[in-house]
Amino acid sequence: MPDEPLQQFVGQAVDEGRPVDPGTIEISAVTTGPEVRRLRKKGLGIAGWLSIGWITLVVGLAVLAPVLPLDDPKDVTTAIARRGPFADAGTASGHLLGGDFNGRDMLSRLIWGGRTTLVVATLSVLIGFVLGGLLGLIGGYFRGWVDTVVSLLLDVLLAVPAVILALALVTILRTQPGTTSGGLDPELALILALGVVSIPVLGRITRASTLSWSEREFVTAARAQGAKHRRVIVREVLPNVLPAMYSIALLGIAVAIVAEGTLAILGASVEPDTPTWGNMIAIGRIQLERAPHIVFEPALMIFFTVLALNFLGDAIRALFDVREGAL
Amino acid sequence: MSEHPGIPLLEVTDVATGFETARGLVRSVDGVSFSLERGHTIGIVGESGSGKTVLSRSIMGLLPHKGVVRSGSIRFDGTEIGEASPKEMRKFWGDAMAMVFQDPMTSLNPVMKIGRQITEAIHTHLDVTKQFADELAVSLLESVRVPDPERRMGEYPHQLSGGLRQRICIAIALACGPQLLLADEPTTALDVTVQAQVLDVLAQQQRERFMAVILVTHDLGVVAGRADDVLVMYAGQVVEKAPTATLFRHMKMPYTEALLRSIPKLTEPSHTRLAAIPGRPPDLVSPPPGCRFAPRCPYAQDKCREEMPPLVDGDTPGHQFRCWFPVGSTPVSIGPSTGEIA
Repeated sequence: MPDEPLQQFVGQAVDEGRPVDPGTIEISAVTTGPEVRRLRKKGLGIAGWLSIGWITLVVGLAVLAPVLPLDDPKDVTTAIARRGPFADAGTASGHLLGGDFNGRDMLSRLIWGGRTTLVVATLSVLIGFVLGGLLGLIGGYFRGWVDTVVSLLLDVLLAVPAVILALALVTILRTQPGTTSGGLDPELALILALGVVSIPVLGRITRASTLSWSEREFVTAARAQGAKHRRVIVREVLPNVLPAMYSIALLGIAVAIVAEGTLAILGASVEPDTPTWGNMIAIGRIQLERAPHIVFEPALMIFFTVLALNFLGDAIRALFDVREGAL
Repeated sequence: MSEHPGIPLLEVTDVATGFETARGLVRSVDGVSFSLERGHTIGIVGESGSGKTVLSRSIMGLLPHKGVVRSGSIRFDGTEIGEASPKEMRKFWGDAMAMVFQDPMTSLNPVMKIGRQITEAIHTHLDVTKQFADELAVSLLESVRVPDPERRMGEYPHQLSGGLRQRICIAIALACGPQLLLADEPTTALDVTVQAQVLDVLAQQQRERFMAVILVTHDLGVVAGRADDVLVMYAGQVVEKAPTATLFRHMKMPYTEALLRSIPKLTEPSHTRLAAIPGRPPDLVSPPPGCRFAPRCPYAQDKCREEMPPLVDGDTPGHQFRCWFPVGSTPVSIGPSTGEIA
């Protein structure tokens, strides 16, 4: 039925007050209709499955790092310093991806570094997910002065540039008042800092989604059955808001991975000795011309992981997009 | 909940509800009074914007507190609930009074299984085991004539037809045995063929449970034969109130007559022009000084446009109307129609 999407398209154009060009009708009638349907039928699609594959691989390696036959990421083998990938492929020791400028095994550092990076990114987004989600739900559901306070809080957090906020938080959390050291464990400080930065992002999307779902009649119906606010929020509103939150959280992890890299370059990630993808880039960039692989390998890891998370976030949003009309 | 047999279950006295807007106070409900006995049904009829939905939500206490101006008294089983906060109303919601909403597509949670939605309502008020709640839910579904209830328990709302969904909504509303059920246009969103079935289910449950029902609708055909009394509302006011049979035979208010004329009738030949009511309801921020229906009334005279007619008693007991020049002694020759014909 080629007419159906055609009518929809024309109807939409008329609704939005756009002029309808007969040429565009022809094209969109052929392309948009079936494309949308295909997305629904096939679910994730090739990009989605590749993304899942990549993330499974990265997470799997990170989880299994202690039991994998890897060199200690801090062990120095002077012979492989600045050696590129595959240069020592034939030897017994392997060193598949070469060594960094001190002679530490790159493969091992990438896997152990991924472990730290992923833990930091996931936990920090989890903080944003829980706290931002809670604030968003409360503000969006109760409205009024509660919402004003919540929105103000989120807006204030958003108004400060994220990197500067994270940098400041890491610095403050890592040091005890009046001294230049002490304070929290650097990894924990990093998680907390990135967590605070992700609160407004998740808070805003949760609040917006809650606003629209709380308007629905089934929420009124649940209240008219005598359900308490807490139960209405948890049972009626939250399950409908979660898909949007999941999708943003995945993107949030991607952003947190990049943010960790940025902070590392600014010297505010975990201790330089501990490998994270960000730290590896930060240290390697000094010798970028002599041994580019030291920077490119972790950069590629970040690139593919962030790309996969973005794809997956979009796929999840499309998958959960169960508006009444789509059913 | 204590039972007071002497007094009506619901007494609504001079209830007014207004909304504060930038243009001024919108008087959606303006001085409505009626009472409802246990086991009886009252039909509230009026066109869109006549205030019938706001009235039912005022009774239920479901309107937001901010920006809403309310007055008058609502007594449920002798208890004043007109000023009750949502927290106080929670004692009544569900097990004393329950509501069925207009659109069954939006009044069920799309991501919760049917069974769960019913048992949630049960668990809110009754301290019972999960198994007991499940059994109760199945029997509720049976009582509202949902076929194959065990299977339906595990399904989601989108897997069900509109009629089935509305029956589920009724089952949820009935879950804790309310004494008063408010049905706000329960069949408006449904196919005509399903309307009568859903209304029959409602009527049957009402008989079995000796429950009072407020049936809000824009369709006089829906209340005919199903309501004991009918309240016709126009622009926030009651314009005619009578036992159903009286209303249909001896209507006094031209608006009631116009509403009845606007129901299509099978006895008329095809392509007969439908008698629509010309014009639109008045602006409720500053309604006209006289009768609010006067601008659209075919019989309106100068007095109608200048002076608001009071609600006066008719010839038969229980009949009240608001008109200076009531529709004449000749009854309109239209019998009560049923929900199926529309």
